[in-house]
Amino acid sequence: MPEQTIPESTSVQDAPISDSEVLLTVDHVTLRFGGVVALNDVDFEIRTGEILGLIGPNGAGKTTCFNAMTGVYKPTSGSITFDGTQIAGSKPHQITALGIARTFQNIRLFPEMSALENVMVGCDARNKTSVLGALFRMYRIWGLPEEDLPRNPVRRALAKVIGVSRHEVEERRSRRKSWELLRFVGIADRADELSRNLPYGYQRRLEIARALATDPKLLCLDEPAAGFNPAEKEDLMGLIRRIRDRGLTVLLIEHDMRLVMGVTDRIVVLEFGSKIAEGAPAVVARDPKVIAAYLGEPDAA
Amino acid sequence: MTDTTPQKSVLKRVAAVPSLLGGAPQWVKVPLILLVLSFCVYLPFLNILPFAYIRTDLRPNGSDWSTVLFTIALYMIVAVGLNVVIGWAGLLDLGYVGFYAVGAYSIALFGSPASPVTKAIAAQFGLPEGWSMAFAACIPLAICIALIAGVILGAPTLRLRGDYLAIVTMGFGEIIRIVMRNSTWTGGPAGIIAVPEPPAADEDFFNTIDVHRWYWLALAVLVILIWLMRRLEHSRVGRAWLAIREDEDAAAVMGVNAFKYKLWAFAIGASLGAIAGLLFASKQAYVEPNGFQLNLSFLFVAMVVIGGSGNIWGALFGAFLITYLPERFREFESWRPLAFGVALVAIMVLRPQGLFPNRRRARELEDRKHEAEEAAADA
Repeated sequence: MPEQTIPESTSVQDAPISDSEVLLTVDHVTLRFGGVVALNDVDFEIRTGEILGLIGPNGAGKTTCFNAMTGVYKPTSGSITFDGTQIAGSKPHQITALGIARTFQNIRLFPEMSALENVMVGCDARNKTSVLGALFRMYRIWGLPEEDLPRNPVRRALAKVIGVSRHEVEERRSRRKSWELLRFVGIADRADELSRNLPYGYQRRLEIARALATDPKLLCLDEPAAGFNPAEKEDLMGLIRRIRDRGLTVLLIEHDMRLVMGVTDRIVVLEFGSKIAEGAPAVVARDPKVIAAYLGEPDAA
Repeated sequence: MTDTTPQKSVLKRVAAVPSLLGGAPQWVKVPLILLVLSFCVYLPFLNILPFAYIRTDLRPNGSDWSTVLFTIALYMIVAVGLNVVIGWAGLLDLGYVGFYAVGAYSIALFGSPASPVTKAIAAQFGLPEGWSMAFAACIPLAICIALIAGVILGAPTLRLRGDYLAIVTMGFGEIIRIVMRNSTWTGGPAGIIAVPEPPAADEDFFNTIDVHRWYWLALAVLVILIWLMRRLEHSRVGRAWLAIREDEDAAAVMGVNAFKYKLWAFAIGASLGAIAGLLFASKQAYVEPNGFQLNLSFLFVAMVVIGGSGNIWGALFGAFLITYLPERFREFESWRPLAFGVALVAIMVLRPQGLFPNRRRARELEDRKHEAEEAAADA
């Protein structure tokens, strides 16, 4: 009998690692659409440097939770604190600036832009060039490292005298960073292709590269393995770990249990918009409420 | 549809020329641009056969060639500005003539000694009779007023998308015209005379006889504006606009402040429209509200759409076609509305992406066509 072997879920919450600080707190968040309660008093936290899995059956409110965190929806009540800042109700671009990036469940790239350009849009989140700056290029920078100077020798000599515009420096750095990210996720071989022409797996990884380009502290992945075969899932697990090794915190929504169990440090389980369990993967997997949520309650029928 | 295929492929080949040049080395591009520019400068005196056949004043009652050239350059400025709004940011603006009017009226109201505004200012501050602002001072003023007008129109309306935005902007264009007609401080239906002309070393440089000088002025302005807009296109700003056009919500999540960039697109479009309006008013030396009818707006949109939205060169070509062809074939004047209508329908059917589309925009439309065909096949 599972109920006897497993302690109550409240005590499971206290179990996981508590030595790192809290990065994001979802504090009693409720989100209603008319009469539908999409999130009901959801309450969890993400600690710096961990990989947190957010799982639950279809319609449990995982993506809604993501949308509330990234500014797409405003919670009806409750607060979300990221890095000491209250973000519930902020605009998406403000939240991106604070350091949360996300991918989408159904891929949403800019289809008519090349893979590289897609990533560069992400880089632009950290760039400062304004409309006037791009038009007149009056903001000059001197004393740049060699790699930020133009390659053309004449221009290079000129740059020593009149400086380089911030626009140009940022373009060059973004381009370099984009290439680096494309190599990191492993799709640099098709960087100049329009993103719509890329194969499915490439598009998924391009979304991750684009999100990484915004220099986030927290990366939220919404079902990144959807439609992947086992080999690709294995690759993805490696990629998620490497992302964590770059010093990022990862929040992962995923259906594939093997992937979730294999890569996450902790798991939060949602069902019908409420949190039903939280804890280490092995503990959550044995939680009777979780098993009931996924397999159905035997005595409910 | 099958008989149009060869035609299309020819068009496609021609349309590929600008992108081929885009990849050409510097030593090919620079002389080529200089060559084209010097040809444009020479155009008013064109008399070498067979090229001279493009002149519009070959027949006794033909339009003055230099005036036509000036109008083409003027409308090209308009097309470049509207291309920012429609082609890049993807906002359908049907009230562009409003900004054109704002530019024209800015210089008329502040630059003409005969306008009620300059008279009031002169009376208020004890300035001598006939005081008015200098032409050079009117340029930044007109741009500022247009920027403000763009923001005033944009701030409340840019939350709307697609057709709703189009309707609201159309209303704006009409409001400007009606305000100009019904207010006393704008000279009412009579308009304002004595709009100043650009300063020149020779006092009589910009006159009504040597119209080619006006054309050169407009051409110079056009070249500068194209250069500036291309800088925007290949920058963070241009990418942000593209991203917004492609997927506004995804762009927002990637850190693009969609509202801000849409507002900028509007404001930049507005100031380019105002610059064109300013040149127009200055050359006419006279503005009146009836010069800014709504159908001019539709003409502007047609230029960008026919030429190929999202591509500066396409927009320029569209402006050229729509301004030049009716002037060249004036002898068929009574057929003009019919020809214009047929041409529009033909282009929308055969080549909805415009004659020289942006490569991205072309594929978007191609896609939608396929989707429609697939949907039809499914049904």
